[in-house]
Order: sequence, then C-alpha cells, then structure tokens
Amino acid sequence: MRTLLFLLFMLISISLQAGVDIREFSDPAMTKRYTTLINELRCLVCQNQNLADSNSELAQDLRRQVFEMLGSGKTDGEITDFMVQRYGDFVLYRPPFKATTLFLWAGPFVLLFIAVIVLLRFIRARASQIPLVLSDEDRRKVQDLLKEEGKN
Amino acid sequence: MKRFLPLIIFAVMVVFLAIGLKLNPRDIPSPLIDRAVPQFTLPLLNDSDSLFSPDDLRGQVWMLNVWASWCVACRAEHPVLNRMVNQNKDIVLIGMNYKDQQSAADAWLKRFGNPYRHTFVDRDGRVGIDWGVYGVPESFIVDKKGVIRYKHTGPVDDAAVNGRLLPLIKKLSEEKI
Repeated sequence: MRTLLFLLFMLISISLQAGVDIREFSDPAMTKRYTTLINELRCLVCQNQNLADSNSELAQDLRRQVFEMLGSGKTDGEITDFMVQRYGDFVLYRPPFKATTLFLWAGPFVLLFIAVIVLLRFIRARASQIPLVLSDEDRRKVQDLLKEEGKN
Repeated sequence: MKRFLPLIIFAVMVVFLAIGLKLNPRDIPSPLIDRAVPQFTLPLLNDSDSLFSPDDLRGQVWMLNVWASWCVACRAEHPVLNRMVNQNKDIVLIGMNYKDQQSAADAWLKRFGNPYRHTFVDRDGRVGIDWGVYGVPESFIVDKKGVIRYKHTGPVDDAAVNGRLLPLIKKLSEEKI
C-alpha cells in the first residue's frame, strides 16, 4: 500500500513539473517549430540538457525568448543566429560545419577509413600466411580428432 | 616499431584525456569578445527613476559585474570586489542586479558593502540574455570605445583580479580612442 501511494505521488509530481510552462500557438506548424527549436538548443546551465528538458531559470527565459521571436514572425535561422551571437556555437546541439569543427565532423569518418584499411591489410596478411593445403601432419591430427569424436 | 604501436596509441590517448580533464566545461568562450556592448537602458537599483545605458560610459574603461542576492558564489566574490575597488579607487565597476528582488538586493548591498558605482536592474533577465549571461556571477571588461574585451565566468578571486583584470584595465586605460 505504501509503495503504491509512493508511486502515485511520484506520478503526480511528474505531471506537475511537466505542466510548468506549456505554450500554445494557434497554428500547429508553429508549435512544431517551437518544439524543434527548444529541442535543438542547449541549456548552458545544465549542459547535457536541451531547453525543452531543463527547468533552470535560464532555460525558462530562453524558451520565452524563442516563443516571443516565433510569435513576432522570426525565421528559425534568425532565432538560432540570435542565440549563437550571444552564447556561441555551444548553444547548438548540432554544431555548424566550419574550420574549427572540421575534426569533429570528419574525425569519425577518418577513423573509420583508417580502421577499414588496417582491417583489410590484416585480413590479407593472414590469408597469405595460412597454407591452403593441409600438410600430412595436419591431416593425421584431424583424423585423430575425428576418431576421438566418434568414440564419444 | 610495430611492437610499440599499442603503447604509442595508449600514450596519445592518455595525453588527450589528460588535456580533457584539465578543461573546465563551464568555460565557454564568449562570442561577445571584441564586439560592441549590447544596447539597453535599465533603471538603477537605488533610484528607479534614473536610467543606465552603456553609452553613458563611452570614453571610459569599465567593468560589469553580474550579481544577484540568491547567488551563493556572488557572496564569495563580493569581498574580492570590495577589496579591488578599495585599493583602486579609479575603477568603474558597474553592477547588473540579475533576476532579483528589489528588497533582497538592497539588503544584500547594505549587509556586504557596495563596491559598485552604479547598479542597474535586469528584473526579467532579458538584458542578461543579450550579454550571454548563463552562470552568475559573471564579469566583463569594456574598453573606451564600448567594445567588450574580456569575460570572466564565475566568481573572481584575488588571483584573477591581480593577474588578469587589473593589468587589462590598466592597459585599456592607456589606449587612445
């Protein structure tokens, strides 16, 4: 019973928290843009959360900012530019492709390329090492093993 | 050579991880450095009829300190600022009272001392957004032309004041417009 009550209260607290600031647009397309934007912008206080997840004061203010800018007819690009001008590329969860982020974007592919080359060379080197024909000794060993298997 | 390859890879990784450990994730480079100060007019804390604008300080080097009475780190920083201004009377230190209550802010300055030449009030944090404020306390140094030259995130300590802030203020004060 106690556990049940506890779980019930937990559920209530979650729904209360989620209801802190719900913003409505008359146009569902705007609501969608709003949701996308606050999911792509990072909260700078709790750095591993986006604006949608975080309930910090700053995240609330920035959500309000996004809401108002959308309401005044700003494009998504203008809104992200506004944020980048003030908080830097750091505010974007998807950093832009430029000289300073080249390693970030290209790095994984370069590593993959190197890994594939190493793997290919490894496979080739092994293939050339292993003789394809069994020597007489190997053949005898195999037959011994098979015989043993048969006994069991 | 081949035998040492794993060791070399390991060593390179250790170097990268060690550098990563030393980095402070809170130190986000501000895109506002070398850009003009944001334009705004906000009321003063002690006199809501008077307005503050960064243009009032054109031609002077000044330091902006963002603070709030609810900010615990600001309390640690405050004696440092008091000392700094006491020992360097010509420093123009401006306070931005960020998302605070009037009465709490007044009481705070009364209790801990007021090093600020002026404190303006940003009640709802809008001007704070223009300054890219994300972690109070924050400090900025603005040069004579009204360009932001330096940002310090988090509480300043004596080492930061003597090592970076004061030398920079001195250097900027010698610049000609």
